[in-house]
Amino acid sequence: MAKKFLYINRKAPYGTIYALESLEVVLIGAAFEQDVSLAFIDDGVYQLTAGQDTAGAGMKNFSRTYKALGDFEINKLYVERESLEERGLTLDDLQQITWEDENEDYAEKPSIHLVGRAEMASLIASQDVVLSF
Amino acid sequence: MAQYEAGGVVADHDEEGYLTDITQWTRELGGVIAKAENINMTPEHWEVVDFLREYYEEYQIAPAIRILVKEMKKKFGPEKGDQKALYELFPYGPAKQACKIAGLPKPTGCI
Amino acid sequence: MSTLHTVNKSPFERNALCTCFGHITAGDAVLMIEDGVIGARKGATTAAMVQAALQKGKVYALSSDLAARGIKPADVIDGIQLVDYGGFVDLVTQHGRTVSWL
Repeated sequence: MAKKFLYINRKAPYGTIYALESLEVVLIGAAFEQDVSLAFIDDGVYQLTAGQDTAGAGMKNFSRTYKALGDFEINKLYVERESLEERGLTLDDLQQITWEDENEDYAEKPSIHLVGRAEMASLIASQDVVLSF
Repeated sequence: MAQYEAGGVVADHDEEGYLTDITQWTRELGGVIAKAENINMTPEHWEVVDFLREYYEEYQIAPAIRILVKEMKKKFGPEKGDQKALYELFPYGPAKQACKIAGLPKPTGCI
Repeated sequence: MSTLHTVNKSPFERNALCTCFGHITAGDAVLMIEDGVIGARKGATTAAMVQAALQKGKVYALSSDLAARGIKPADVIDGIQLVDYGGFVDLVTQHGRTVSWL
């Protein structure tokens, strides 16, 4: 039976390797067809900002890879409202990430869900396995 | 370090045959890599290779085999979006071998 | 099923402890390890936050990590329970899941 896996992402991309490592583990782990959710808390919300341009920094722009998560049937990305607000960000600052619902003629649905801190706490409490990055 | 050469382009590759610098890729170079893999490129082979390059361009990753099959099915229909058909084109693993020919890094995943 | 939260960063260097406290639910336990034990010191400006968390759930600190940093048991905020490595293992087995705050 599928277990509930939650990946908690709390670091901004590029400054450290955490964000990229997390994404790679998520993609490889997708082969195991578990019930996967991703949480973006604290600076982790910066992983999803729109319009990242890494050319000057000389690094691979992996922000576009989050858009492929839907292909891997990973479509529950929970972004914490308080973390966005603390950083002066809103949902509009994030890129749009969607997945195609095969049961509804490939209708595109949003993968990003905005949740409050208390809701995030209950989400954590409902998991079988929690992996932190 | 071992190299591929085609049409005046000389490109380094790693011990498994993947290009070290993916920006060096040309179609001719793809043909040379295919020859090294003992694959005779047909339009069907190129369809897969081109698809992989487009996918990489958009998402910055090469899809795992399961995703490749699913996406090929969506784009080209069930005949081409089929694991067995893809293995017939690329016997040593469609994602791995076709990615190598497409000049992309080794895909995330096992085959 | 409750959660064991581990924190291994100093509250003066990272917000791991603060964020952890913001995500605990009833019956959860927080265990300070490595530099996380710096948050266990009485008189630190972060102590109020720890005392507030003690009202909600249990807080533990790994005694060997306290000792390594010269923090004596008497210097530890009242209410924080000290555990050794065996106690760490017990905490892991007593909770349904473990969440690391890095």
